[in-house]
Amino acid sequence: MTITEIRSQFPILDTRVYGKPLVYLDNAATAQRPQSVVDCWRDLVEGSNANIHRAVHALAAQATDAYEGARERVKSFINAPSRVEIVFTSGATASINLVASSYGQQFVNQGDEVIVSVCEHHSNIVPWQLLCERKGALLKVLDVAEDGRLNPESLKRLLTNRTKIVAISHISNVLGVINPVKELAAVCHAAGVPVLVDGSQGIVHEKVDVQDLDCDFYAFSGHKIYAATGTGVLYGKKKWLEAMPPYMGGGEMIETVRFSGTTYAPLPMKFEAGTQNFNAVPTLVPALDFAESARDNPEVQAEQKTILDYVYTQLTQDSRIVLYGTCREAKIPLFSFAVNGVHHEDLALILDKMGVAVRSGQMCAEPLMDHLGVTGLLRASFAPYNTLSEAKYFITSLQRAIEMLQ
Amino acid sequence: MTLEEKKQEIIEEFSLYDEWLDKYEYLIELGKSLEPFPEEKKTEDRLIKGCQSRVWLDAEEREGRLYFSADSDAIITKGIISLLISVYSGRTREEIAADDFGFVAEIGLKENLSPTRANGLVSMIDTIKNLAENGR
Repeated sequence: MTITEIRSQFPILDTRVYGKPLVYLDNAATAQRPQSVVDCWRDLVEGSNANIHRAVHALAAQATDAYEGARERVKSFINAPSRVEIVFTSGATASINLVASSYGQQFVNQGDEVIVSVCEHHSNIVPWQLLCERKGALLKVLDVAEDGRLNPESLKRLLTNRTKIVAISHISNVLGVINPVKELAAVCHAAGVPVLVDGSQGIVHEKVDVQDLDCDFYAFSGHKIYAATGTGVLYGKKKWLEAMPPYMGGGEMIETVRFSGTTYAPLPMKFEAGTQNFNAVPTLVPALDFAESARDNPEVQAEQKTILDYVYTQLTQDSRIVLYGTCREAKIPLFSFAVNGVHHEDLALILDKMGVAVRSGQMCAEPLMDHLGVTGLLRASFAPYNTLSEAKYFITSLQRAIEMLQ
Repeated sequence: MTLEEKKQEIIEEFSLYDEWLDKYEYLIELGKSLEPFPEEKKTEDRLIKGCQSRVWLDAEEREGRLYFSADSDAIITKGIISLLISVYSGRTREEIAADDFGFVAEIGLKENLSPTRANGLVSMIDTIKNLAENGR
């Protein structure tokens, strides 16, 4: 499939803004959805809308099949050993909160330690802060190397016999550098500590094999990988999910309910209380199919590599620009940078009027911004439907915007 | 120039520009020509909440009229606050409090700026109104 054919699956890419063709480079915030996902979504609402799991009628069976089919698809996509290790949530934030709350309830006590890295998204910081406040535990922060990578040796030095869990991102949403998750997990396991990986960006850019990474938890959102909003996944090793208490109580997550005591449903339903997002979750199937086909498409991969080389070179050669996350061999096409003497918000406003959608500000990573000593950055993040000519238009527009502002 | 005349002048000025980039060029010029704001006045209580960039606004009262001064670390925002100051500085509290700030929508600023920015603009207007009605 050519990139032109891929683009034709995303009607929104033909949008014009302020009379100019849209160049959408805010994919790290949310990706666009291919027609297959939109069709799936609509078909579910129009054709098989019924609450899943309990009712015996035909529509409910169809809806349940679609929902459980998505679980199988996610399982194979990340090579999880078992479907019961795939828990559906509303997004990565909900997945991480589930672990922080439930694992934390069971395994973290006063004086224990939790480790997060300095480059985490707020969603992988605040749930742990809340846990530590609740339990009187200590939140410790893993530093990031100059080039934007987390270092297993630094993590090793931070682990103690009080460390109960480590939570790190596969790829930071600001730095765009692939972390050595497998090595980081090995360091944790050598100390007997489980590791949660925030895969919000990682799932989009890397072939994820949870057995190979050997992570204990892997969390991601559907909307960043072309699926419907309000979908999310928590992969968790069975041994942990079984040992963890339910996170929310309600329908579906129970076995029997008595006022004398309630017993809980087996995995994964133990963690899926209440009516699930059954019209949206099955969109993960066409979404992951698309992600896989893009990943296995040589033409797309060649274009992505060319874009990465081109933008990386342009941004690092310009003396007015400071790029953060420079580790070249682990870089993905996600670029956050500052321009000397120019405010990121001004740049984003002008680029917007040129048709280029980028993100400006703190990108939900205030501690990282403080660490880098900036008030915010400008971020351009690419997807498989972006072209080299769009990348060139972005660079030209950026240069024009800088000249207007300097 | 009366408040109404000043607003009319700005509406006419903006109508000269068809392209949004030209409007931005104009705002950038306004931002650059804003009088320097003393560093020691960049305090937390002068900071306007609700903007992506930082905006400081100060007001002084002399002979029954309010005189505003401001600064921002982003130049377009600085241009916008400069525009507001040029309209409302030197007016009485009553004049400002009675004004509906409708000219901002008329020059297309509110609609064409991003939601965060529009919020920032609303915060700037609220702060000016608040200073006029209640003082600091």
